[in-house]
Amino acid sequence: MDSAYLIETIIKVVVILLIFSALAGIGTYFERKVLAFMQRRLGPMNVGPYGLLQVAADGIKLFTKEDIIPTNVVGPIFKIAPVITAATAFMAAAAIPFLPPFEIFGYEVHPIVADVNIGILYVLGVMAVGLYGPLLGGMASANKFSLLSAARTAAVFISYEVVTGLSLLAPIMMVGSLSLIDFNEYQAGGIGDWIVWSQPVAFILFWIAAFAETGRTPFHLIANDHEIIDGFGTEYSGMRWGLFFIGEYANMFFISFVIPLIFLGGYGDGSLLGALGLLGKMSFFFFFFLWTRAAWPDVRPDQLMWLCWKVLMPIAVINVVITGFVMMF
Amino acid sequence: MDHIVTSNPYFGVFVLFVITFGAFMATTVIARLASRALAAKDSEKIKLSVYECGPEITKQPNRVSPQFYLFALLFLLFDVEIVFMFPWAVDFKVLGWFGFAEMIMFILLLAIGFVYAWKKGALEWHNIK
Repeated sequence: MDSAYLIETIIKVVVILLIFSALAGIGTYFERKVLAFMQRRLGPMNVGPYGLLQVAADGIKLFTKEDIIPTNVVGPIFKIAPVITAATAFMAAAAIPFLPPFEIFGYEVHPIVADVNIGILYVLGVMAVGLYGPLLGGMASANKFSLLSAARTAAVFISYEVVTGLSLLAPIMMVGSLSLIDFNEYQAGGIGDWIVWSQPVAFILFWIAAFAETGRTPFHLIANDHEIIDGFGTEYSGMRWGLFFIGEYANMFFISFVIPLIFLGGYGDGSLLGALGLLGKMSFFFFFFLWTRAAWPDVRPDQLMWLCWKVLMPIAVINVVITGFVMMF
Repeated sequence: MDHIVTSNPYFGVFVLFVITFGAFMATTVIARLASRALAAKDSEKIKLSVYECGPEITKQPNRVSPQFYLFALLFLLFDVEIVFMFPWAVDFKVLGWFGFAEMIMFILLLAIGFVYAWKKGALEWHNIK
C-alpha cells in the first residue's frame, strides 16, 4: 500500500466526518424551520439572521450542560452507547459514492471511502449494527421507559431489516452486483433507465422501511414522547444525548443518498449536472422525512409489526418471484 | 465510473472505524471536561434518581414482554433466508432456470413456515392480562 492512498483515505474520512457532522446540525435547523412553516409559525428567529446560528447555540448548550450519570445505571455501557450510535451511523458512509469522480489539482478523486464489491450488504449491515446504541443505552439506563424503548427499537429494527433485504433483492437480480457504483452504471443512460420504473414496488417498500430504520415519524416509536418520554434518551443529558441526535440525522442523510443511488439513477453519467441531480434527489428525500413528520401521526407498535410481517414482507417475496419470472421469459 | 483498483478495499472501512470512534469518544470526553469547568452544579441527591415521576429508586430487573423474543425468533428465521438469497440474486442470470427453480422450492418451504407462524398467532400482539 502506498502512502498516497493512505493519505487520500484519511483525508476523505475526515472530510466526510466534518461535512456530515455539520449537516446533522443544520438538519435540525431545517427540521425546525420546515415544521414551523407547515404549522404557520416562524421557527427559530432570534439567534443570528433567520435563526441560522441556532445550531451553534444548541451546540454550546449541549457542551456546557452538567454531565449527569444517574444512580443505578451500568456506567461503561451507559457511556459507550451514544458513541456506538453516532459512529455506526457514520460508518455506513464508507461504501456510498457521494459524487462522481472528479479531478482536483490534476489528481483524480473517487468520492467513496472504501470501494467494496458488496456495498449494499455493507450499508445494510452497518445500519443494523446501529441498533446496539439505543438497545444498550436503554437497557443500561435503569429506567422502565428506556427499557421499553430499547425492546421496541430491537423489534422494529430487526423486523424492518427483513423488508429492506427482501425489497432490495429484486433490483440486485436485475443489476447482478451489490456495488452501489455498479447500480449507478446500470442506470447511467438517463431517466428511462432508472430502476424505479421496472421495480416500483421494491422502491416503495424500501422507502417505507427507511422510515422504520431511521426511526422517523410514522414509525417514531423508539422515543415516542407521549408514551415513553424520550425513550432510550430519557436519562441522557448534554453531549451524550447530542450524539444520539447526530447519529439519527446522519442516518437520515445517508439513507437519503442510498435511495436515489439504488432506484433513481444516482449521479447518472457523472457530469456536473448528474452530481447536482444526486444532491437534489437527496435533498428531496430528506425533506420528505420532515414533511411526513409534519403531516402524519404515529402508528401503534402492534400496527407497525402488523404492517411489516403481514403486508410488506409477503409483498416483497412475491415481488422477488415475479421479477424472477419476468427476467426468465 | 470505474472501480478503484486496490489490493485492500476494506482499508477505508478500518480507517473510518478508527477515526469515527476516536472522534466521538473525544467529543464525550471534551464535553465532560467542559461541563466540569462551566456547568452549574448543585449536589442535591434526588437529582440523580431515575426520571420516572418520582417512585423510589430500585434496581431495574430488565424484564420485557416475551412478545419481543418471539419477534427475535421470527427475525432469525427470515433473515437467514435473506442472507441465503443475496448471493443467489447476484448470480441470478448465471444460474438460469436451475437456480430459479431451486429458489422457488426454497421460498415455498419458507412460505409454509410463514403460514404456520401466522396461523399460530405468532405475528399478533397478544394482550397479556
